[in-house]
Amino acid sequence: MDLPKAKPLPARDGDVLLLVGTMKGAFLLRSDRSRRGWDSSGPHFPGRSVYAMGYDGRSGRRRIWAAPASMHWGAELCASDDFGRNWSRPETPRIAFPESAGVALKNIWQIEPGRDDEPDRVFCGVEPSALFESRDGGETWSLNEGLWNHPHRARWMPGGGGLCLHTILTDPERRDRLTIATSTGGVYRTDDGGKTWQARNHGIQAYFLKEKDPEFGQCVHKVARHPSRPDTLFLQHHFGLYRSDDGGDTWREASKGVPSDFGFPMVVHPREPETVYVVPLKADQFRCPPEGKLRVYRTKNGARSWKPLARGLPQEDCYDTVLRDAMSADAEDPAGVYFGTRNGRLYGSRDEGESWSLVADDLPPVTCVRAVSVRRAAASRAKKRGRGRRAA
Amino acid sequence: MPVRFFVPGPLRDFSGGLAQVELAGSPETLADALRALGALYPGVAKRVLDEQGEVRPHINLFVGGDCVRFGDGLATRLPDGCEIAILPAVSGG
Repeated sequence: MDLPKAKPLPARDGDVLLLVGTMKGAFLLRSDRSRRGWDSSGPHFPGRSVYAMGYDGRSGRRRIWAAPASMHWGAELCASDDFGRNWSRPETPRIAFPESAGVALKNIWQIEPGRDDEPDRVFCGVEPSALFESRDGGETWSLNEGLWNHPHRARWMPGGGGLCLHTILTDPERRDRLTIATSTGGVYRTDDGGKTWQARNHGIQAYFLKEKDPEFGQCVHKVARHPSRPDTLFLQHHFGLYRSDDGGDTWREASKGVPSDFGFPMVVHPREPETVYVVPLKADQFRCPPEGKLRVYRTKNGARSWKPLARGLPQEDCYDTVLRDAMSADAEDPAGVYFGTRNGRLYGSRDEGESWSLVADDLPPVTCVRAVSVRRAAASRAKKRGRGRRAA
Repeated sequence: MPVRFFVPGPLRDFSGGLAQVELAGSPETLADALRALGALYPGVAKRVLDEQGEVRPHINLFVGGDCVRFGDGLATRLPDGCEIAILPAVSGG
């Protein structure tokens, strides 16, 4: 039984790519900067769920990462340097727990390139919750033992999707700082390059725990921040939107103005650190849009207020769901914002969320979306490198 | 008589396209046979067994006509010249 191979989708400088993971394969979509029309390719890895995709444009790479998982054959990390024509798939899967861990990899939930000045570092968040790190561009990987051996880990509990480490945030200003989030468990941060980790959940309320202000155990769905302001974090909790201005040391609620403070994704605008997008769902017991209206909510003032963005989205009897990694923004001006749904719809906005249209329909349930501005990424890297040299 | 593995389609990328793999020697148990298979085609064995050496939950291994899940598992003793089938279970959604 040979499965069909998807055609490649070569992208040129200036193009925008959408990497779309679904329950039955990955899809690549490409547009020019106008983002008026999209070519697509897929499914890559047909029949396999793809919960994580990533793009590494550092050091001249144009590498797409994907994490196909098979119920039968396990999860693995694959890479393509030619926009999907070929996927490298080592005989021995790149990511595996050491024998001493006593567990087996269930899924890969997050692929995150490291800082620009460490172009060979790549991180992966996996299920069961653990952090893996590569220092050679993704060829070899090792388990972060500091987090794995954390005394809290035994008391982390799986959410509906599994016990997953789904958020990895590097810090452009502090090389040894890394912030992760796991569901459930909460936010953890290292300031010594991953040797030790501290829970950073002070202020995040969790109705499902007995304690008033638990140190850990929160069901954090997503954390986001703008790289220019690494201490300002926005967090979507199982219930509650939160903001931190001290790198996660303390959190305060920031849910005023949304019809429900339950939801999954959280995306920060590519240039405006106080502009954030969420997609509220009714409640954990009914994970569908409030009032049957699919609405993205956007704040432009750091979560002091939120505004619904509904033009072009279904506003009647909509029972769709957007998962935690299924929303992303490109780096264009105006920014494009995209999200995929469990009903297999991919929506896009090329005016920062003011209006939406269908980019693709009838896909399998969408698990992740990553928007990539191909040229813009390269230009910003060069600019940053130039700035870095001058500063040095 | 050599022991022979039947490799399912999704794993043939890792067996050089072969649907059947004959093992030299006479492995005593299924675990021995999988070790020998892994030496020849690690990509196949790594997808049948997880990194802890356990058969993945949705894979069934048949020695002759018997599913080892309901017998001795990896300790199943192999008759001379037996056939081992790697079959994905009817799981999915």
